[in-house]
Amino acid sequence: MEQAVVDVTGLSRSFGRKSALEGVSFRATAGRIYGLVGANGAGKTTLLKHLLGLLRAATGSVRVFGLDPVRDPVGVLRRIGYLSEERELPEWMRVDELMRYTRAFHPTWDAAYARELLETFALDPAKKVKELSKGMRAQAGLLVAVAHRPELLILDEPSSGLDAVVRRDILDAIVRTVADDGRTVIFSSHLLDEVERMSDHVTLMHQGRVTLSGPLDDVRRGYQRSRVRFTQHFEHPPAIETALAMEGGGRTWSVVHNGSLEQFHHSVLTLGGEVVESRDATLEEIFLARAGRSRQPVEAA
Amino acid sequence: MDITINVTDGVPIYRQIVNQVKYLVASGLLQPGEELPPIRTLALQLKVTPNTVVKAYGDLEIAGVVQKRQGSGTFVSEGRQQLALKERRRVIEQRIDALLAEAHQLNFTADDILRMVRERKAAMNPGNNAEPAEVEK
Repeated sequence: MEQAVVDVTGLSRSFGRKSALEGVSFRATAGRIYGLVGANGAGKTTLLKHLLGLLRAATGSVRVFGLDPVRDPVGVLRRIGYLSEERELPEWMRVDELMRYTRAFHPTWDAAYARELLETFALDPAKKVKELSKGMRAQAGLLVAVAHRPELLILDEPSSGLDAVVRRDILDAIVRTVADDGRTVIFSSHLLDEVERMSDHVTLMHQGRVTLSGPLDDVRRGYQRSRVRFTQHFEHPPAIETALAMEGGGRTWSVVHNGSLEQFHHSVLTLGGEVVESRDATLEEIFLARAGRSRQPVEAA
Repeated sequence: MDITINVTDGVPIYRQIVNQVKYLVASGLLQPGEELPPIRTLALQLKVTPNTVVKAYGDLEIAGVVQKRQGSGTFVSEGRQQLALKERRRVIEQRIDALLAEAHQLNFTADDILRMVRERKAAMNPGNNAEPAEVEK
């Protein structure tokens, strides 16, 4: 088996009586991009915080580069770049001070790359962090997360609340991290089109558990979305064995289903209907179907 | 290279790249011997994971559409005929299936569609219509 960059096994965690993670296992190998998907409160941030050693594994084990991030924070963190949704940066520092400060912790700091990013983002080095706009703050956070060319880049909801320009900067940084030296990226996002574009591997979390995980093509394989027309009216979605989610009403329904297409055709025929059209389901359709019709907001950009 | 990725229609992204490069080659917009963008460049342009581009270029190489040259890059294969008849049929048949499904929804018969295809063809200026001839070779 390939040497794992991240190896989490049987990780459980609760906050008070509320269970946040239950028996989570997650593996990441070098040179790939891992997308982490799930509704708010599914456990994504809690999992990522364990990788950074910010939380100690109560049950189960967490290894990053083969090390325990709680016992060896220096050995692990100097090889990681991290951008959180809250972009926790020291407010009082100027941008150039933030860069010098971060550089001191990272012997691998690439000054030329840092300068290039500073120029691309058009960040004023003399500005204080607290004076930056939301987008500029994300850019500054991204700069100090990638300028030491980390072996592992962890991004927690990096695109959340940002405009298209800054989102593009973030996606560029992800591509460059993997393309330039085959390093590894783990990112969580609720933008499913972004995950579909950027991930080699997708992990779906729901209420603290991993419900689906694998290479993107494997995860999507076998899921279809079909348009179906019946001769009779249906008030409620009729029961079809392989259907995971149905939308529509009356005679026309849109169905996300898995398993054999032939069997699906047969089931529809038995109900006096026909399959008008079938195609591979998108990640968003699979996600919504698997999330069990929960009304959690899932945005598609 | 003019490629557009659409994540709303369920077609895997590497296959979208493969299909569009095949189309660009078949239509002459990519010439034999022409270099494809490096993996990193195309991944940055399309905002997709580099491994998807690696996979697409690999599939295109197996299909004989492109060739990798040691230490340089990926180039469109020399020689005119890249797309086998089977492959060309497959591309068109996918479009036909979608068209027929849509037609059925809108209560057109297959004969209606055939007639409409001929009408549309006749309405097009044949002078601007070099592409199908290219594909047919």
